[in-house]
Amino acid sequence: MCAADSNSLELCYNGLSLSFRMADIISTVEFNYSGELLATGDKGGRVVIFQREQESKNRLLSRGEYNVYSTFQSHEPEFDYLKSLEIEEKINKIRWLPQQNAAHFLLSANDKTIKLWKISERDKRAEGYNLKDEDGRLRDPFRITTLRVPVLMPMDLMVEASPRRIFANAHTYHINSISVNSDYETYISADDLRINLWHLEITDRSFNIVDIKPANMEELTEVITAAECHPHQCNVFVYSSSKGTIRLCDMRAAALCDRHSKFFEEPEDPSSRSFFSEIISSISDVKFSHSGRYMMTRDYLSVKVWDLNMENRPVETYQVHEYLRSKLCSLYENDCIFDKFECCWNGSDSAIMTGSYNNFFRMFDRNTRRDITLEASRENSKPRAMLKPRKVCTGGKRKKDEISVDSLDFNKKILHTAWHPKENVIAVAATNNLYIFQDKIN
Amino acid sequence: MFSKGTKRKFSDGDEEISDESLVGARVASSYSLQRQSLLDMSLIKLQLCHMLVEPNLCRSVLIANTVRQIQEEMTHDGSWHMVAEAFCSAGQSPSERLVATEVLCRSREQDAEPKLFSVISYEGCREEEVVADETLCSVSVSDTVSNVCLAGRIGQCWEKSELSGVERDEEALEDSRLGSGEDEEIDTKDRASTESPKTIGQVFGTFEIKNGSPGPDSALEELFSDVDTSYYDLDTMLTGMQSAPKMGPYDILDSLAPSHSSPSIVSTPNCRSDLNELDHIMEIIVGS
Repeated sequence: MCAADSNSLELCYNGLSLSFRMADIISTVEFNYSGELLATGDKGGRVVIFQREQESKNRLLSRGEYNVYSTFQSHEPEFDYLKSLEIEEKINKIRWLPQQNAAHFLLSANDKTIKLWKISERDKRAEGYNLKDEDGRLRDPFRITTLRVPVLMPMDLMVEASPRRIFANAHTYHINSISVNSDYETYISADDLRINLWHLEITDRSFNIVDIKPANMEELTEVITAAECHPHQCNVFVYSSSKGTIRLCDMRAAALCDRHSKFFEEPEDPSSRSFFSEIISSISDVKFSHSGRYMMTRDYLSVKVWDLNMENRPVETYQVHEYLRSKLCSLYENDCIFDKFECCWNGSDSAIMTGSYNNFFRMFDRNTRRDITLEASRENSKPRAMLKPRKVCTGGKRKKDEISVDSLDFNKKILHTAWHPKENVIAVAATNNLYIFQDKIN
Repeated sequence: MFSKGTKRKFSDGDEEISDESLVGARVASSYSLQRQSLLDMSLIKLQLCHMLVEPNLCRSVLIANTVRQIQEEMTHDGSWHMVAEAFCSAGQSPSERLVATEVLCRSREQDAEPKLFSVISYEGCREEEVVADETLCSVSVSDTVSNVCLAGRIGQCWEKSELSGVERDEEALEDSRLGSGEDEEIDTKDRASTESPKTIGQVFGTFEIKNGSPGPDSALEELFSDVDTSYYDLDTMLTGMQSAPKMGPYDILDSLAPSHSSPSIVSTPNCRSDLNELDHIMEIIVGS
């Protein structure tokens, strides 16, 4: 992805189909393990899965494009009669399971319930039944004079999604994360105050492994904001908090992982302390690197890379939109300061990506320390054209093509991004629109 | 955006620093004005979260922590005292005064005038006496529960979340929800527990009652505990909105009666009974 010259991280569209206008606000984006499938969840409880076309030899210059593969309603709005509260159907997280047979499995979670979905293809159907007609009507048994063996005939491809497990009633608070364990048998789900461990086969119970709820709710000052399982060590997971701390826990140590094995926190810079310091230190996302050696956290203004062996400070810090630091009061007023941005690694862990406002998203190359700001918008991008780097002007004189901080549109926020596990293909969700960008061919 | 009336200018505060240089005074007052605005904004945000169906707990906690921070700093400055005094100006009815000071009360200000009434006490404070004078004022809260009042206020905010997060085994409380605002059920924990009146800490505490021993004057405490229309008043002042009906002491008596069977129409003053919410709930129940 990173070219040797100074204008690195060039990306271009590849074809017209790489931006999709969705029916509703996209709330999560996730590639599967092979990158062949891309799942999106939206505010209306729907899941839309895109599949990459096989590259054909005839079209040498075209990379596989993503097309809609399956759409289904994962969660419906519910009404909790006990509390007289509505439960939103918005999909908070989707996580794929590694593929073990022809079917694909994913977990999707709203605020309260997690569902395991099986997505399978059907491209054949049986014809020539003995007991029923082709249209399904039962045949009169007395008319059956011969026996025949049904044969499988090809049919138009049909993709079916069916819920195989429903993991419900385990979360009092809103689920913010789910993460599949490397044993592929268990997974964790985290809400504001608790983390539960599930077995994929068992829906009627789960183990509570973290509980930070105080005996007296008035003493509550910190909540869990994200959690993830280690990619290789199935006994290790981390969770982040609203106070900017990360705790790494080992499930072998105790049944209840209230005591962390490692505690990651960067000491606060006293010179930059303000009333908003805590809010902007709140971690909105935590992701292990593919190698399992590092983890990345996203707080309001920056992305930090941590070495799991060093707890007292991150090894790398990247400023996403430092120019917002002087605007924190306004951002507090309009609630933007509470926006939860996600972050992601590329397949080789050499680059990281996260979103910002004005439909901007940022990519950082960890090796060259270069960064780039790009915009996801239809107007500014043509198919097959390279994306132009964007720049926000912070100082006085605004250069041409720069945009000033005050002109940023804070309603256009990119909270969800995903990076293909192997290639330089990224998916960026900008409100209702999904953009898929691919690297230049050469 | 702010609603009108958010800027409470305390000219008294400016006068008190008359011995500073003019520039310094301006800077200081500008900072304190900004800080005051931030406090007001935060309180409004916490208020609004009462009205949401399922308030975002993380957001509420962060806002509450910000409020605490400001409050601590203001106490340090001594400007908290002035704010409290401003609230205690003449012309307010006794209950209003109670309500207003209750928001601002600081446990450390034990020698401050007037004695600030706290409707919040943690379980550790059960021993505190509640002295009822005609102004419904005055209890001194021990130092160990600093930030008691404001924290208690804050506690209401994600009490909602807590309420929304009632454990499954609290189903006995279910009938209590009928007819009440969806997030007014702080008192409902009374019904789940034993017959003895609960302490304030338990009233405002979690749904999962950890220990049930009430304090000596808990009934009286509880009587006053619900007379907390602070948010109404604060809100009225800040936003000019019509406040929801306040509960007088006698209304409390109705709600105190523990009843598993009868649905109690409780509108806990701490959590503003938003009439629209109540209508909405009634509509759902009635099925119209």
